[in-house]
Amino acid sequence: MNDMRLSERAVDAQNIKIAARNVQVYYGDNHAIKDVSVDIEDKTVTAFIGPSGCGKSTFLRCINRMNDTIDICRVEGDILIDGEDIYDREVDPVQLRAKVGMVFQKPNPFPKSIYDNVAYGPRIHGLSRGKSDLDDIVERALRRAAIWDEVKDRLSAPGTGLSGGQQQRLCIARAVATEPEVLLMDEPCSALDPIATAQVEELIDELRQNYSVVIVTHSMQQAARVSQKTAFFHLGHLVEYGETGHIFTNPEDPRTESYITGRIG
Amino acid sequence: MTDMTNAAAPAAAPKSSLLQQDARTRRRNAAETRFKAYGIAAIAVGLVMLAILLVTIVGRGTGAFTQTFITLEVALPADTLDKKGNRDPEEMKKVSTFGYKPLLAQAFEAKIAATGGLDSDLDPKKMAGILSDSAPAQLRDFVLADPSVLDRTVAFEFLASSRVDGYMKGRVSRDSIAQDKNISVEQLDFVDKLIAEGSLEKRFNLDFITGSDASDARPEAAGMGVSMVGSFFMMLVVLTLALPIGVAASIYLEEFAPKNWITDVIEVNISNLAAVPSIVFGILGLAVFINYMHLPNSAPLVGGLVLTLMTLPTIIISTRASLKSVPPSIRDAALGVGASKMQSVFHHVLPLAAPGILTGTIIGLAQALGETAPLLLIGMVGFIASNPPDSIASGLLDPNSAMPAQIYEWAKRADPAFYERAWGGIIILLVFLVTMNTIAVLLRRRFERRW
Repeated sequence: MNDMRLSERAVDAQNIKIAARNVQVYYGDNHAIKDVSVDIEDKTVTAFIGPSGCGKSTFLRCINRMNDTIDICRVEGDILIDGEDIYDREVDPVQLRAKVGMVFQKPNPFPKSIYDNVAYGPRIHGLSRGKSDLDDIVERALRRAAIWDEVKDRLSAPGTGLSGGQQQRLCIARAVATEPEVLLMDEPCSALDPIATAQVEELIDELRQNYSVVIVTHSMQQAARVSQKTAFFHLGHLVEYGETGHIFTNPEDPRTESYITGRIG
Repeated sequence: MTDMTNAAAPAAAPKSSLLQQDARTRRRNAAETRFKAYGIAAIAVGLVMLAILLVTIVGRGTGAFTQTFITLEVALPADTLDKKGNRDPEEMKKVSTFGYKPLLAQAFEAKIAATGGLDSDLDPKKMAGILSDSAPAQLRDFVLADPSVLDRTVAFEFLASSRVDGYMKGRVSRDSIAQDKNISVEQLDFVDKLIAEGSLEKRFNLDFITGSDASDARPEAAGMGVSMVGSFFMMLVVLTLALPIGVAASIYLEEFAPKNWITDVIEVNISNLAAVPSIVFGILGLAVFINYMHLPNSAPLVGGLVLTLMTLPTIIISTRASLKSVPPSIRDAALGVGASKMQSVFHHVLPLAAPGILTGTIIGLAQALGETAPLLLIGMVGFIASNPPDSIASGLLDPNSAMPAQIYEWAKRADPAFYERAWGGIIILLVFLVTMNTIAVLLRRRFERRW
């Protein structure tokens, strides 16, 4: 499986979507991310792994500036998406987040109908021309999130009434409905059972066709299953970054090896 | 390994049996029982107090809702009431209520003649004393409203005087009136006759709810209506000012304001303001709104402004609490799909916080509705003896009273009939408060958290 992915990887290798250079993140006095530089490719699933508190979620939240909502958080360095610095003065984080969608650890559908959950993004960004257009967008997003068949008959039912796995896929549908270019996923399966996890993982693999997907995960098996590239974080440092197969079979750094063999973490 | 029953273990006898409580457990259980007993006792005391309060209020106040009425046929002779005979209301207004008084005496004389004499030699004028002082005015108003009734005999229902009313309600007896110049034993005998004959009866009195205050001599005519209007206008002012200002301030402080020492100071001050005695707000209102801004005295607008100041901390605190209770994941979700801060607040956070905000607002309003002290300072204990539409108690800037201030006024007056009305007023006030709190509870139930 990994061998097949290795061959695929070669095709897109030149296409850098997100480039981070010397990123430092501070929470007050706490230096959470230390000098991280990484290139994330387009149409690839990149996994961030590492022990708890290593900064992988923090770094993920830098990519769509969700850390702006935390008062004491300070980000230094450059993060470029398609060559544009997202921490530039001119950049509006709201516009950025429309381009960089996010799925959270815990499924967090709005307490509204399934339809309104998905339609919310397109509505506030003015992506639809009229009701039928919006219907199409909602259907497309739900289909892409592989949940359409389960909810098509009850679009007006509350999104919070779905099961955990369905809720998470609904959140993915909500994220893709705004047609983002990058999809960030912060441990999207940690609150799900194995079956729902398998569904979401399958979905992530399909989403790769259209998006650059960055996923934070605690599960090394999951990283191995869904990602083409893996970055290992430890204590705020990016220890090792490379092809998933390579990281898991032949890590270069002893810390990576300790982690994936279960000795630290 | 699987054999957990270790045969080789020393067969020491167990030190204590689980079937017997040891001393320590007994002490702990006793302490727990005592604590529960304290709690039950505290609640029982509270319930007893509540029961006493309700029984007292209902027992003393319900009397205010009934009033004694006397039915009397009064002849309205044109030659005394309209001397020129041209039925011109302007001319007829020259006959004051004194001109109508003898008609009542005559009506009583006719009544006695019809019922077959009287044991005592009660002067007809004295007989008329069992009527309220407002009876001649009632006659006059009736005649002026429609002069065509002159020269006819019309049946009227007059309020009985407060002493007769007290007699009917058991407050006044033949023994208790020995020193009372307002009523005599003969008059009470006459009242008994009227009861027997069926022209004097006690029944529900809508005027207590809708009517206006009355002077010290006529407690039987006093009502809560005008002060209700005043309270209503004040609540209108409080609602239209305190709700938007309070909610906007809370949203800013909770969602947008940076967390630094300035906002900390503001937060502490808001919490402290909620505990400031209301009379302080009253004197602030006196200084700012009346002395400095020259708004009129006794006006519901000023009362409403003062109560707004008083209610704002309550609304802000409860609004912030309900905004805080909205899970942050909802905010993240909205921001994550590219909503702006304001969109995330107004589309998602505010609707979820709405029931809490509404509940807090209604509780704040109820608190303001029952507030008396600040109103005394801005003069909202106006004596308003007439009702809209022909009166001054019609708008935000006209002098008015408020329900609790009216109750306070009545409780101050000497006549025991006013005392009864104060209790009755409290019943009306409590009905309003209970209604508002019920609405608050229903709203909370209705929009129970949905995530």
